[in-house]
Amino acid sequence: MLVIFLAGLACLLLAGMSALVIGKRLRLATWVAVVGVIAGSTLSLVAALQILLGQPAVSARFTWSMPLGNLVIGIDGLSAFFLLPISALSALGAIYGTGYFASHGTSKSSGLPWACYLGLVASMAVVVTAQNALLFILAWETMTLASFFLVIFEHRKTAVRQAGWIYLVATHCGTAFLLVMFLLLGKHAGSLDFDQLAAATPLTGQLAGLLFVFAVIGFGTKAGFIPLHVWLPEAHPVAPSHVSALMSGVMIKTGIYGLIRTLGFLGAPEAWWGILLLGIGLSSGILGVLFALAQHDLKRLLAYHSVENIGIITLGLGAGVLGVALDSAPLAVLGFAGCLWHVLNHALFKGLLFLAAGSVIHATGSAEIDRSGGLSKTMPWTATCFLVGALAISGLPPLNGFASEFLIYYSSLAADLRSTVLDNTLLVIIMGGLALIGGLAAACFTKAFGMVFLGLPRDRLPGVPHEAPFSMLAPMGVLAVSCLAVGLLAPLLLNVLALPVLVCVGGTIEMVSLTLGIVRQPLAAITVTSAVLLSLIGALLFWRQRMLARRVVNSAVTWDCGYDRPSARMQYSGSSFAAPLIKLFGFVLGSRTEYSPITGLFPAASHLATHTPDLYQERLYRPLFMSIARLLKQVRRLQHGKLQVYVLYIVISLLALLLWEMR
Amino acid sequence: MNYLAFSAPLSALVLAPFLQSVINRTKATLAGRQGQPLLQPYHDLWKLLRKGAVYSSVTTVIFRLGPTVSLATGIMALFLLPLGGFPAPLAFAGDFLLLAYLLGLGRFFTVLAALDTGSSFEGMGASREVLFSSLAEPALLLALATLCRLTDASSLSAMLAGVNQDLWLGTLPALLIVICTLGVVLLAENCRIPVDDPTTHLELTMIHEVMVLDHSGPDLAFNNYGATLKLWVFSAILAGLVMPLWQALGLPPWLAFGAGMLTVAIAIGVTESVMARLRMDRVPKLLLSASLLATLALFLQQR
Repeated sequence: MLVIFLAGLACLLLAGMSALVIGKRLRLATWVAVVGVIAGSTLSLVAALQILLGQPAVSARFTWSMPLGNLVIGIDGLSAFFLLPISALSALGAIYGTGYFASHGTSKSSGLPWACYLGLVASMAVVVTAQNALLFILAWETMTLASFFLVIFEHRKTAVRQAGWIYLVATHCGTAFLLVMFLLLGKHAGSLDFDQLAAATPLTGQLAGLLFVFAVIGFGTKAGFIPLHVWLPEAHPVAPSHVSALMSGVMIKTGIYGLIRTLGFLGAPEAWWGILLLGIGLSSGILGVLFALAQHDLKRLLAYHSVENIGIITLGLGAGVLGVALDSAPLAVLGFAGCLWHVLNHALFKGLLFLAAGSVIHATGSAEIDRSGGLSKTMPWTATCFLVGALAISGLPPLNGFASEFLIYYSSLAADLRSTVLDNTLLVIIMGGLALIGGLAAACFTKAFGMVFLGLPRDRLPGVPHEAPFSMLAPMGVLAVSCLAVGLLAPLLLNVLALPVLVCVGGTIEMVSLTLGIVRQPLAAITVTSAVLLSLIGALLFWRQRMLARRVVNSAVTWDCGYDRPSARMQYSGSSFAAPLIKLFGFVLGSRTEYSPITGLFPAASHLATHTPDLYQERLYRPLFMSIARLLKQVRRLQHGKLQVYVLYIVISLLALLLWEMR
Repeated sequence: MNYLAFSAPLSALVLAPFLQSVINRTKATLAGRQGQPLLQPYHDLWKLLRKGAVYSSVTTVIFRLGPTVSLATGIMALFLLPLGGFPAPLAFAGDFLLLAYLLGLGRFFTVLAALDTGSSFEGMGASREVLFSSLAEPALLLALATLCRLTDASSLSAMLAGVNQDLWLGTLPALLIVICTLGVVLLAENCRIPVDDPTTHLELTMIHEVMVLDHSGPDLAFNNYGATLKLWVFSAILAGLVMPLWQALGLPPWLAFGAGMLTVAIAIGVTESVMARLRMDRVPKLLLSASLLATLALFLQQR
């Protein structure tokens, strides 16, 4: 099993190196890289599926020259589950990317981007299989750097470099917390091997709480918890689309993986951990979708939706942790199951949406929602794929998003917490919160799909819209079909969840399977309803077709209340569509409007611009980093390039050390 | 499988337009008019089904799909809905979530069909629809979750079966608040006054009606019938809640349910007659207070 996985890893690394070496020969490098990714992903997918279908967990231990522990790598249920989206999405992304790196490259070599892509895939696979903290951190850093170089792929543009810096700084601030956390854990357990960390004597309550907060900050930065999300809306839009898909679809989930893994080292969780996670989930979910609604750029909108979905995932995670803390098996099992399943589902539909958005940008040269329109006529397949993704991300049946959200909803219904107040609070957070998030997500995706693909083009676009080539459509098609399949096969997929959930909640596999069993019948009923619904839609369409077949069917202009010169510019735009919601939630969004009002009897041209910057970056991080920069400016006085003064520094420090020693 | 269970959705399919007639007749009576014949909605549907269609040249397949999907989701919702003591053909734990999301799916396509026309009026209606429905959703689910806890059940059929005279006496405040919340959600989701005016003559002030301006013929029939079914779904839940009051008068369950439906329809008619429409920016406040009320009910239900 592990041999298969390691062979896959070797494939990835080998292909990455080869691509780097033969980078000048574009086609060959691309071929080597794509074949490498597909081979590597297939092998790790096989290994992961074998574990998930009941083979025992495996691990291998190698000695290395690093202190505190060995090089341990292994696959258990949780690792295997996270390997599924990583393998699937990276292979599909690579196929999609074949055309991209060649046509958009600014340098003559496509070797470096491919090497980074393969490095990213390999490091993600190692992150979720490393069983030693040092190996984990090394893979984590490789993952960060590989994705950083991919984000700044179009580094000639200032905005891209700026976004890259924000990403690099944010993610390293997060890693700093992780380093401290792992060092403290390792000091306590005397080893950095994960099995030793888990087996160590329980931490004291305060230390465990502190380490939990560190883990939330460290992993939350990668995952995109509000207010640690600032890098997402910067980095995702500027990266190549298949890289955005990979980063948003699976890379940020390694933060969730790390958090779940770390929970295993901290001993029995306390109730406030779960409540903290629920709060983070609720605020990330609601604020994420609200900021998404306010965006004018399609990929930025999708990036904020990642924050929203991480919020939904964290709601499930919080429910699970609360369930473990309060000893409520249904809440714990269903919460974690919903969390993990949404991780997989989000990878599928967000990957799909980013790839479809990439096709739109590829074809039109613009990601501005307010300028586009009517693309479903020229790009019908892309439009269909985007529609499937939009329905899935809005959590609508019969697609996969509904199944995982149903599990999280149901966890709060099935919770048998003995405290009524806590029970009701949980219901309000999950029922009310998820319902609001779902409603707003539907609003946001009717906007995204409706404005980009329906109606008429609102403005002249840089490119001539055309359907994407087959190499881009095929991965999208696979993802769209998977979204539908995972939604319809939900009751069967429940079995796959038992092992990963077992790693999260502990106990016995029988208990977990039994508890998961309580949603099997509802999920089966949902599948039946969905199947009947689809056939009913088919039947009604057929009936309608028959009715209209022998009647007069005319084509005319859109009804515009008798106005005889309708123009495409009069259509509702994305901004106007979202305006009432933005106004209603203006107090948390801080949108700005620039408007030069119409004056006089014969008014000249006027303009209106709305802009919703990220509130946290504007109000929190920019002032913070500005003041740090001001403070550090004082230190700069020490550095002025005068050699004799530097010699003086050396003399002074030597003297000081001498005095210290002679004390 | 119990074939009798299918009587509930089938009777709903037949009777749903009649509910519309009762509301119209109530409004007419209160306004001192004679009102349209009680079978008028059926005539309208029949007339539309026999017509041809006109499509805007801007539209795509999404526009043609919209009414069909919203009708199909409405019909599926009926299969999850218990009716006067008869459990639904499909009853399972958490089915009310599926019901809410099915209606959401229908709405998603109605909104997309509106945006497909490229008309600014229909865009405006769509924008308002998503605003109000996204705020109504939490109120609906919180009210139903409260009902879950009140009756210790988690499927719609079991929940409504659990609402009886004892529950009315035992948890009167919580139950009344749930009824109020669901009433507000009904008015908002079905575009009734004070949220939306289904009979207004000005496109600028409409919400649901303006979204379907461009539909014609069978498409319009599908759409209107779908809207009628949606109204039936919400009314049936409310009727199930007020049923025990009629049962207390000695009516058998099915008759008590019918009386409950009439009560709801007349209440809607009266509300529409005595109230003016709210200003657009007041509606979110109404819906947010409905959510808050539902939260209050949830905390009140400790038995």
